[in-house]
Amino acid sequence: MAVELDVFVGNTTIMDEEVYQLWLDGYTVNDAVKVRMEGGVLEEFEASADVLLSDTMDQYRTFQMCERLLHSPAKLANQLLFQIPPHRQAILIERYYAFDDAFVREVLGKKLSKGTKKDLDDISAKTSVTLKSCRRQFDNFKRVFKVVEELKGPLVENIRQHFLLSDKLARDYAAIVFFANNRFETGKRKLQYLTFQDFAFCAGQLINSWTIGAVDNMVEDMDVDLDKEFLQELKELKILITDKDLLDQHKSLVCTALRGKTKAFNEMEARANFKAFAFETFIEPCRSDRWTASDMRLYLTHYTNSAHILDTFKHQVVWDRYMGVIKSCIFKMYHD
Amino acid sequence: MPGKLKAKIVAGRHLPVMDRASDLTDAFVEVKFGNTTFKTDVCPKSLNPQWNSEWFKFEVDDEDLQDEPLQITVLDHDTYSANDAIGKVYIDIDPLLCSEAASVISGWFPIYDTIHGIRGEINVLVKVELFNDLNRFRQSSCGVKFFCTTSIPRCYRAAMVHGFVEELVVNEDPEYQWIDRIRTPRASNEARQRLISLMSGELQRKIGLKVLEMGGNAVVGYLQCFDLEGESGLVVRAIGTACTLDKLSSGSAPNTNTHVHPNTAPASNACNSPSKDGKEPVFGEDLPSFSGPPTPFRALPTSSSSPPPFSPSKPCSRQSSSSDTDLSLTPKTGMGSGGSAGKEAGPLKTLLRQQTQTALEQREFPFFTLTSFPPGFLVHVGGVVSARSVKLLDRIHNPDEPETRDAWWEEIRQEIKSHAKALGCHAVVGYSESTSICEEVCILSASGTAAILNPRYMREGCLDIGSTDHRFEEPSPPSCGFCHIPYDELNMPFPAQLTYCYHCRRQKVPDVLFTTIDMPPEAAVTGKGCLIQARLCRLKKKAQGEVNATAISNLLPFMEYELHTQLMNKLKLRSMNALFGLHIQISVGENMLLGLASATGVYLTALPAPGGIQIAGKTPGDLSNEHHILTIQKRINDTITKNKELYQINPPELTEEVVGSPIPEPRQRSRLFRSHSESSDELSELDLSHGKKDAFVLEIDDTDAVEDIHSLLTDAPPPTGFYSCNTEIMPGIYNWTTGVQMFTSVRVFRLSNANLTNQGLNKIFTDLCENLLKSFYFKLRSMIPCCLCHLNFTVAVPEEELIQVAVTAVAMTFDKDQTQEKPADKPVTKGCSETEEQLQFPLELCADSSSITTQTSSKISGVPESTNVSPRAASVDYGSFADRCSTWLELLRLKAHTIRRGSVKTSRRTQSLAHSVSSLERSSPLPEGRSRSLRSNRSFGGSSVPVVKMTPLSFLPGTRIIKYLGIINMFFIRETTSLREEGGVSGFLHSFIAEVFAMVRAHVAALGGNAVVSYSMKECVLMENPNKNQAQCLINVSGDAVICVIETDQESMPSTINVVQTCSSGADGAT
Repeated sequence: MAVELDVFVGNTTIMDEEVYQLWLDGYTVNDAVKVRMEGGVLEEFEASADVLLSDTMDQYRTFQMCERLLHSPAKLANQLLFQIPPHRQAILIERYYAFDDAFVREVLGKKLSKGTKKDLDDISAKTSVTLKSCRRQFDNFKRVFKVVEELKGPLVENIRQHFLLSDKLARDYAAIVFFANNRFETGKRKLQYLTFQDFAFCAGQLINSWTIGAVDNMVEDMDVDLDKEFLQELKELKILITDKDLLDQHKSLVCTALRGKTKAFNEMEARANFKAFAFETFIEPCRSDRWTASDMRLYLTHYTNSAHILDTFKHQVVWDRYMGVIKSCIFKMYHD
Repeated sequence: MPGKLKAKIVAGRHLPVMDRASDLTDAFVEVKFGNTTFKTDVCPKSLNPQWNSEWFKFEVDDEDLQDEPLQITVLDHDTYSANDAIGKVYIDIDPLLCSEAASVISGWFPIYDTIHGIRGEINVLVKVELFNDLNRFRQSSCGVKFFCTTSIPRCYRAAMVHGFVEELVVNEDPEYQWIDRIRTPRASNEARQRLISLMSGELQRKIGLKVLEMGGNAVVGYLQCFDLEGESGLVVRAIGTACTLDKLSSGSAPNTNTHVHPNTAPASNACNSPSKDGKEPVFGEDLPSFSGPPTPFRALPTSSSSPPPFSPSKPCSRQSSSSDTDLSLTPKTGMGSGGSAGKEAGPLKTLLRQQTQTALEQREFPFFTLTSFPPGFLVHVGGVVSARSVKLLDRIHNPDEPETRDAWWEEIRQEIKSHAKALGCHAVVGYSESTSICEEVCILSASGTAAILNPRYMREGCLDIGSTDHRFEEPSPPSCGFCHIPYDELNMPFPAQLTYCYHCRRQKVPDVLFTTIDMPPEAAVTGKGCLIQARLCRLKKKAQGEVNATAISNLLPFMEYELHTQLMNKLKLRSMNALFGLHIQISVGENMLLGLASATGVYLTALPAPGGIQIAGKTPGDLSNEHHILTIQKRINDTITKNKELYQINPPELTEEVVGSPIPEPRQRSRLFRSHSESSDELSELDLSHGKKDAFVLEIDDTDAVEDIHSLLTDAPPPTGFYSCNTEIMPGIYNWTTGVQMFTSVRVFRLSNANLTNQGLNKIFTDLCENLLKSFYFKLRSMIPCCLCHLNFTVAVPEEELIQVAVTAVAMTFDKDQTQEKPADKPVTKGCSETEEQLQFPLELCADSSSITTQTSSKISGVPESTNVSPRAASVDYGSFADRCSTWLELLRLKAHTIRRGSVKTSRRTQSLAHSVSSLERSSPLPEGRSRSLRSNRSFGGSSVPVVKMTPLSFLPGTRIIKYLGIINMFFIRETTSLREEGGVSGFLHSFIAEVFAMVRAHVAALGGNAVVSYSMKECVLMENPNKNQAQCLINVSGDAVICVIETDQESMPSTINVVQTCSSGADGAT
C-alpha cells in the first residue's frame, strides 16, 4: 500500500463505540471495515472505503494502546496519555469486561489455568466467538480472579471497586470467580439448558448465604469459599432422611398440605421421598414429569415449612439457611 | 544571586517495573539545575513511591533561570550495577519569572524516556524567589511576557506596538558530534533535547532584552523555529512583535496608563518598566522621528518605477471627509492621460503614509507577526509579499556563528520590505518566516501582507483608543476601509482591475484581495468562506551543490506562479473574491519540490463580484474540440452555481432604485454609475489593467491544461454540516458553541518507483490532501454542524520517495439554527446589510471578463511554458525585486511573488472598543445552552486528571481567558529500535503524538491552567528505517497556557473578575 503512515490523534481521544465493539469482538481491521461498510456508514456520510480503513486503523491502534490501561481500570482515570471524558471511560471499561454468555457457559467452573487457555480455540469454534475475543474474556476472568483472590471484604464490592464495573457486571464476575474457585461442574449434559444467568443467580445466593462471608465479613476469601462449619452442620440435616420417623412425618405433613391444591399431586407424593437436593436428582425428574413452575414453588414452600412443624427436628436455623438457597436456586433453574 | 529556585519531589505513580525478580522498582530522583544536582532517598520496592522530599534550593542568576530548564531524572537504584534511568522531566521555569503568569508549578508530569516513551508520572512542586536586581547591564530579561497568540492577548490591551524583534542562535548539533558515535541513542537524544531547550531559553532571553530596549514588556506572535542543518549546525531562530501590554482590569474598561499591578515584586520591575522609569530614556531616542515634521523624501515610496508625486505639504486632513471625496473624484481627471502620472493620487494616503512612514522608518523592519489587530490599527492592505532564497549550507564559512544566517535573513527581510514599498505600503503584517532543508540546500522563505497601519499605535500618548477617540476620527464608512488600495492607482505595482468600493463607493478596491492575515472582524462578507488549497509537485533532477541550488532557484518562480494561478482559479470557481490566511509552503526534496498554498476564501462584500471562468480553445474551428470545451465550460459553470449555493453567496441583485439610494453626494454617484455602465471600451479608461485580468480565462491548448482544469474540478466540497478554513474562525459563522476537538494528523505517502510525471505527482499530492480532509470530516462527523478551523498543513519530503503531510486543526461546533441570525448588536451585521443594499454592479464584471477573453488568453497560457523566456540567470539567490524590469518575465515573477492586491479599510467602527474586544465571545447568542454544555464538560474535572483543552486558535468559544500563564515551548525526540513491536511507523508516531499532547497538558495543568491556546506543532520530523526496525521522530510544539472561565451571563461576570484579581494579586505576593 502506498500510504506508509497514517495517524490521527485528537486531544480528546476519539472513539467510535461501534468500532470498539468490533475490536472487542476480535474482528480484524479488514473484517471490521467490511462490517462497517455493510452497516451503511458510507452512504450515511459520503466517505470512501479508504477513509473507513484509515479510521478503523486509527481506532484499533488507540484501543490497543488503551488495553494496557484497561487491565487495571483504576489507572484509566488518572493516566495522562489519553484525555477521555469519565462517562466514556466507564463505557470503555464496562464493554471491555463484558463477556459473551455462550463463552462463559463453556468456561464456568473450569480452572482458569493455562490448560484451559489452550482449549480456547475449541471453545471459539464451538461458540463462534472469535479466538481473540475468547482470549480477552478469559484473561479478564483470570485477572479478576487473581486480584480478588487475595482481597478481604465482600467479593462483589471488591470487584466493583477494583475494576470500576457496574453492579450487575460485578455480580456476574463474582459468580464466575465463585464457580472457578469451587470448581462446580457446569458442563454436564443435563445442565446444558441452564444459562449463565441461572448460575450467576445461584452463585449470588450461595455467596450471600453459604460462604464464610455470610457470617464474618473480614476474612480473606470470605465470599469465595463455602462456610466449612455450615457444611458440617448440613450433615446433621441428613437426619431428615436417615431417620425413618422424621421422614415419614415430614412426608405426611407435606402431603396433607398439598392435597387438593394441585393436579400433579400424585406425582408429587411419589417424589416426596426427600432426598437431599442435588441439581440432577431433583430438577431433572421434575422437568421430565412436566411440573409447572407454580407447582414447584408450592411444593418447596410446603416442604420447607413442614419441617418446622416437626418437633423432633432440631436444626431449624441450618435448615432455613439451607432451604432458603435451595429454594431460590431451584426456582431459578426450573425452566425450559 | 538574584534568584532562588526551589523544587520538591512529592511522589511517583505508575512507574514501570525495573526489577524483574520482584516486579517492583527502587526509585529515586535526581533534580538538576545548571551544574547543581540533588538526590532524593531511594523509595524501595514500590511502583507508587512517596518521596515527599525536602525543598531542594538552587541559588542562581536570573540569566540561568531563563536559559536552563529544571531537569528531573527518575532512576532505579541498583546496588551492584549502574542505576537505570527510568525517564526524565524537563520543566521550563520561565512562566515563574513573570509576576503576571504562574506563581507555582505543581502537578503530575509524565516521566519521559526518548526510547520508551512515557513511563509513569511524577508529582513535583517548583517555586522561584526573585531578588531585586539593580544591575542596569544585566543580561536577563525576566518578566517580559511571551505569547504565541498572533493577536493582542484577550485580557490585555496594547498600549503600544513597538515592532519586529528577531534573534537567532546556532550550535553544533549533538547528533553530528564525534562523540555521538560512541554514546547510546538515548544519551544522544537527551543531549539534543537539552541543547534545544537551552537554546530556546537563551533565544527568548535575548529577544526579551531587545524588547526591554525598545521599551516594551511583551512579545506577541512569538514564532520560534529550529533548523536542523545537519553538519553545519542546529539553528534556533525566533521572530515576534514587541508590544507594551496593559492588563485589563475588567473586560470593558481599558484603563489608562496606569498598570494594574503595583510594583511589588522584583520581577514585575521589568514588566512595568516601559510605563515607569524605563520609558523616558527609551523614547528619548525614538521621539524625534515621531513628532518631527515629516520629511518629504521619506514620504515617497522608494520603489524606482512608481514615485507618486504628491506634495506632502498639501493641506488636507485625515479627518476631513473632503479628502475622501477628493480621492474618489481623482480618477476622472487623471484617467484620460493613460496613466502616466497621477497628480493628486490620494492625499489621504499620502498623509497617512507620511505619518506612519516616519514612525516606521525608524525601524529596520516594519514587520508585525500579528494576524489580527486592535480596531483601527490596520488601515489599508496592499497584498501578499513574499521572498525566497536558496542557500547552500556547506558554504557557510563559520558555521558555529550566527552571522551568515543573520545576513541571509536580513537580505530576505530587505526584499520583503521593498516589495511592501512597491505596493505603496510601509509595513508588513501577518509576517512569518520558514525554511526547508534538504541535504545541503536550504530554501529560506518569508511572507506577509503589505499594509498601511495607523501610526497612533506606534507613538506614545496614543494609548487610548477608546470609543470617544475614534468616533470623530474618520467618518468614512466602516468595514470596507482595509480593502481600499494603498498604492497609487496610476502607477500600480502590478496589473489589477480596480473598481469603486462596493460598500462606500468612494475609494478604489481591487478585484481580488490576497492576504496572510485573519479577516478583520469588522469586514463584511457575503455567505460563508471555505478552505482553498493549491497543490503542486515539480520533479527535479537529482544534483549536488550549486547545480542543485540553481535548479531549485529556477523552478521556484514557476511554482509560485502556478500556485497563484491555481488559487485564483479555485477562488473564482467558488465565486469568491478574497483570500485570508494565505500560507504558501515550498518544500524541497532530493528529486522534487512540493508547493502547498492554503488560504480561506471569502466573498468580501466590498469587493466586486468575481466573474466566471472562461474556457478558450487554442484552435477555434475544430468542432470536436469546440464541443469538448463547451462541456467543460458547462461543468465549470455548474460548479460555480453549486458553490454559490453551498457557501450561500447570493449578493442581492441590484435594482435601479437601490443604486440611487445610499450614496451621499448625488453628483458623484451619478458619475460613478455612468462610468461603470458604459461600454467596455470606456471601461478601460477606468481600469487600465483590463488586459491582464488573467484568472478568468483558461486556455486549453494541450493535455496539461485539460488536466489542470480537471484537477480544479476534483476538489470535493465538504459534506453537509461541515465547513473548513485555515483562519482562526470561519467568516460567516458567528455562533460557536463549546464543542472543541483539536487534532493532529500525519500521513506519509510512498511513491512507487515508476517514472512519474509532474501531472501524476500532482494528482497523488492533491489526492493525499483531499483524502486527509475527507478523513477529518468522517472522523468528526459526530460534531456536525461543525467547522474545521485553523487547518494548518505542513508538507515535507523526508526521503526521496516519500511525501509527508502533517495537519493540526481544531473542529468547533456551532449552532446551526442561528447561523443566519447574527446578534443584533454586532457591527458585522450592520456592515453586511448596508453593503448588500449598496451593492450595485454585480453584473458588470461578467460582461468584462468575456469581453477581454481573447486578448488575455494568449498571454496567460503562453508564458509559463515558453522557453525563450529565460528565467533569471543561475544565481543561487533569486528574486530581488528592487529593480523592476518591464519584461514579461519580470511581470510574471512580480505577480507570483507579490501575490497581489491591496485594499484599504478605514477600520474605525462606530462601535465602542469594548464591543470589539469581546465581540467574538459575545457573538454566540446562546448563553444558556452554552453554559450548560460547558458545565457538563467541567464535571469531567471530577476525575483526578484535570481536563486541559487545546486549540490552535487564540480563544476557546464560550469561555473567557482570565489569565495567561506563560508560553509552552517543548521539544521532544522519540526513537525506537523495535518499530514492528510498536505497531510500525503509524503505531510509533501515534503514541508519540499522544505522548506529546499528554506532556503539554500536564505542564499546563501544573501551571494551574486549563487550556492551551494558539497551539501549534512547528516541526514533525520523522525518519524511519523499517529494515533495521528503527525510527526516530522529533516534534516541536508551542502555545500559550491559560486559565479560562466559562463565559456566562452578565451577572456572573463580576464574580469571575474578582477571582482574576485575587489570583493575580496572589501571584504578585507569592513571587
